[in-house]
Amino acid sequence: MTRPSVPKPAGVAQPQVVTLRIDGRDVSARSDETILSVARQNRIDIPTLCYLDGLSGWGACRLCLVDIKGTPKLLPACVTLVREGMEVTTDSPRLQKYRRMVLELLFSERNHVCSVCVSNGKCELQAMAQRLGMTHVSLPYRYPRLEFDSSNDLFRMDHNRCILCTRCVRVCDEIEGAHTWDCRGRGIETRIISDLNEPWGESSTCTRCGKCVNVCPTGALSQKGTAVAEMTKRVTFLPYLTLMRNSDEP
Amino acid sequence: MTPEELQKVAIIEQESQEQYDHRIHVCMAAGCLSNRADLVKQQLEKQIAANGLERRCTVKGVGCMGLCAAGPLVSIQPKGIMYQEVKPTDAPDIIQTLDKAPIERLRCDTAMPFFKEQKKVVLENCGLIDPERVEEYIAVGGYQGLLKALTEMQPAEVIEEVTRSGLRGRGGAGFPTGLKWSTVAKAQHPDGRKFVICNADEGDPGAFMDRSVLESDPHRILEGMAIAAYAVGATQGYLYVRAEYPLAVKRLKQAIRQAERLALLGNNIFGTPFSFNVDIRLGAGAFVCGEETALIASIEGKRGQPRPRPPFPAESGLWGCPTLINNVETFANIPPILRNGGEWFAQIGTEKSKGTKVFALAGRVKNTGLIEVPMGIPLRRIIFDIGGGIPDGRKFKAVQTGGPSGGCLPERFLDMPVDYESLMQAGSIMGSGGMIVMDDTSCMVDVARYFMEFCMSESCGKCVPCRVGTAQMHDLLVKIIEKRATDSDVRLLNELCDMVQSTSLCGLGQTAPNPVLSTLRYFPEEYEALVQAGREREAAGSNGSAMHVAPQLKPNSTQPQAHVDSEVTP
Ligand SMILES: Cc1cc2nc3c(=O)[nH]c(=O)nc-3n(C[C@H](O)[C@H](O)[C@H](O)COP(=O)(O)O)c2cc1C
Ligand code: FES
Repeated sequence: MTRPSVPKPAGVAQPQVVTLRIDGRDVSARSDETILSVARQNRIDIPTLCYLDGLSGWGACRLCLVDIKGTPKLLPACVTLVREGMEVTTDSPRLQKYRRMVLELLFSERNHVCSVCVSNGKCELQAMAQRLGMTHVSLPYRYPRLEFDSSNDLFRMDHNRCILCTRCVRVCDEIEGAHTWDCRGRGIETRIISDLNEPWGESSTCTRCGKCVNVCPTGALSQKGTAVAEMTKRVTFLPYLTLMRNSDEP
Repeated sequence: MTPEELQKVAIIEQESQEQYDHRIHVCMAAGCLSNRADLVKQQLEKQIAANGLERRCTVKGVGCMGLCAAGPLVSIQPKGIMYQEVKPTDAPDIIQTLDKAPIERLRCDTAMPFFKEQKKVVLENCGLIDPERVEEYIAVGGYQGLLKALTEMQPAEVIEEVTRSGLRGRGGAGFPTGLKWSTVAKAQHPDGRKFVICNADEGDPGAFMDRSVLESDPHRILEGMAIAAYAVGATQGYLYVRAEYPLAVKRLKQAIRQAERLALLGNNIFGTPFSFNVDIRLGAGAFVCGEETALIASIEGKRGQPRPRPPFPAESGLWGCPTLINNVETFANIPPILRNGGEWFAQIGTEKSKGTKVFALAGRVKNTGLIEVPMGIPLRRIIFDIGGGIPDGRKFKAVQTGGPSGGCLPERFLDMPVDYESLMQAGSIMGSGGMIVMDDTSCMVDVARYFMEFCMSESCGKCVPCRVGTAQMHDLLVKIIEKRATDSDVRLLNELCDMVQSTSLCGLGQTAPNPVLSTLRYFPEEYEALVQAGREREAAGSNGSAMHVAPQLKPNSTQPQAHVDSEVTP
C-alpha cells in the first residue's frame, strides 16, 4: 500500500481545462482533478469517510459514489477524474439509500457503542450517520470479539471501532514515511496491524508522532488518558505537510 | 533460430515419431495423475523393455484427454484406441495386445458424443503432445503463428487479424480482445515500457480449464503472449500462476527455459528486432488476485487488493505502464488464429461469440471432465450428450455457470445457446468456464449459500459493501436454511443484493449476489418453503399452534417474489 494508490494515467501531458456539469450546475475544472475536489470547490458536499485531503485516494468506503451519465456503474468521486462534458449527479434517492446502507453495514460490522466511546460527539462515523439520516440499523449486529491494544505508552488501538478506512495506514506511509500500519487477513477478517502484527508498543518503526491517531475518523485510535467523549482529533496539519511534500518534489 | 531451423526441428521430430509402430500416450495431467497414472506409465515402460519392444513402441506422458472421470486414460496411436481406468496391473495385457484386437474390458468408446460433439481449438494438442518437450509442440505447427507475425506482418496487422477473429476475453467478462490490444498498442508511457500479463490465477471453485492448458500445452501460452507483445509493443511478460498449480508452474518454467534455449524467447526472435522475455509470478492463493488490478498490485509486491478503475490497466497498469492482461485461454486461441487467419476462427461459434469455449464439466453428470465446444451449442447437448446425462436415474434440476459470479439456470433454459449474451440475459454469465450440474437432490438455497460463503471469505476486505455485505448476506442465507428467517429477512437479502451489486469496488463484490439473485428468480418456491417452515415454527413457539399463519404472510402474497422479478443482473 504505497502511494500513489491511484496511478495517474501514464504519459498524460499538461492538464487541460474542462467544463462539466455537477448536479445541473456548469463548473470548470482541470483535467487532473477528481470529481470530489471540483464538487467541493463549488460547495457541493459529497459525503466521504475514507477520503482525507492530503492523503492518496482509496475509494473504499463507497460513500462518495456518484452517478455519471452514460456510465452504467456508480463511480467513487474521490478517485475519479473529471472529463470534458461529464454530467454528474451527486445526490438521488438511490444514492442516499446506498449511503445509508454503507453506514448500516459499518455499524453492524464491529462494536460501535457510542455511549462509551472516547470519540462520542466527535466521531466522523457518528456525524455521517446523523447527516445522512440513518435512524436505525436494520441489519443484525455481528458482535465480533476484537482486541484492544494499549501497549503503546501514548496511544490506544481499539479494533472494535475501526472501520478499515486505512487513513492511518496511508498517513503513516505517505506523510510520516514510517509505514508502521498495514492490513492483514481478508474480507470480514481484515485487521489493521502494526509492523508484522506485533503489539504497537513494541513497534520498531513507529515514531510515536500521533498522525494516525489524528486522522482516525472514529475512536479506534485515541490518546491515552482520554475518557468518554474527550478525544478531539486535529487534522489541520495534513494540507501543510502535503504542500511541503509536493514542493519538495522536483 | 531461423525459420528454416524451426522447420527442421519439426521434421526431425515428426520422423522420430513415425519410426514407432505404436505410440502409447498416458495422460499425466492432474486428474489422471491423482489416480496414479505415473505408475501406469512406469509399468508400461517396464513391459516394453521386458518384451524387447523398445524399437517399435514408445510411451509418453501427455496432457489432459478430457474424460477425467474415467482416468487414468491411455491412448494408443496411431490406431486411436483409448483405454480408461487403467491400472498398473493392466500394463502386460496392453503391451501383449498391441498388434491384436484391443482389450474390450478397458476400452473407452471414442465414438461416443463426449468426444464427437467437441471441437478442439484451444485443446487441440492436449493429450497428443508431451508438454515437457518443445520439439513436439513445434512438430504440430507450434511457433508458426509467431513466425508469421514477426516476419510477415506489422503489429497493426496482427491486431487486425485478432479483431477480425471476433475473439473475446475468456477470463470472464468477454471483452473484445482485438479492442483491448489496440488500446494498449495506442497507449504511451514516457519511458516507453509496456507489459503483457497472462492471468493464470484461475480461482473459481471447480474450474480447471486454464490449469489443463498450462499443464498440457504450455508453449502455446508463451507463443500467444509473444504474439501479443509484438502486437502491442511490449518486451516483458509476466505469467501470474497460482501457487496451488505446482505442475503447471514446473512445466511453464521448463517451457520458458526450452524456448529461451531455442531463442524463441529472448532477444531478436527469428532474427527480427523484436525481443521478449517472460517471467513467472506465483499467486498466494487469493481468489481476488485474479482481478486484474489486484493481480497487478500483487506483482508489484503489494497487498493483492483491487483499485478503482478507470484508469484501466491498458492505460496505466503494472508500474504505471500500459499493460495488456489476458486470460490463459484467450492467449491459447492466438496461435491458431495467426496460423489459420481470423476468418477461419470467426466461422466457429455465433454472431457475437466466436470460437470455442472450454468448460470444466462437474457435478451430477456421468462424464465429468474437460470439454471444448463451439460457442452457441445448446446447454442440453453439453449436459445430456457430452455429459451423458444425470446419473442414478435422477432428474436434472439446474446448471450453474460462471462460478461465484454466475447463476443457476433451471430446466427451461436447456435449449438456450451457450454464448455471452444469452447467458447474461438469463441471469448467469459465461465466466471462465466452470459448469456444475445439479440434480433434484440439491437445495438451491444451499447452493447460493455455498457461493456466498466463498465470496465472503475471498473478499479482500477493502470496500465496505463487499466486506460486510457478503458476510451479512451469508448470515441471512444461513438463517433461511435453518428455518429461522422471516419475510423481512428475505426482503433485506434482496436489498443487500442490489446494494452490494451496485456499490462494490471490483467485480468480486459486484457479482457476488448473482448466485442468490438467480436462485431467487428461478427457485423462489425453495426460499418460500424454508421461510414458511420458519413461520410455522415461530407460530408454534409463540402461541402453541403450528397451524396459525397470519393472513398477510400467507404464501404467494409475500414481497420477495414480486421483488425479484424486477431484479436486473449487470
Ligand atoms: C474477483 C475476480 C476474479 C477473477 N479471476 C480471474 C481469473 O482467475 N482468471 C482470469 O483470467 N480472469 C479473472 N478475472 C478477470 C480479470 O479481471 C480480467 O478481466 C481478465 O483476466 C482479462 O482477460 P481476458 O480479456 O482475456 O478475459 C477475475 C475478475 C474478478 C473480478
Ligand atoms: S470517500 Fe470515496 S470511497 Fe470513501
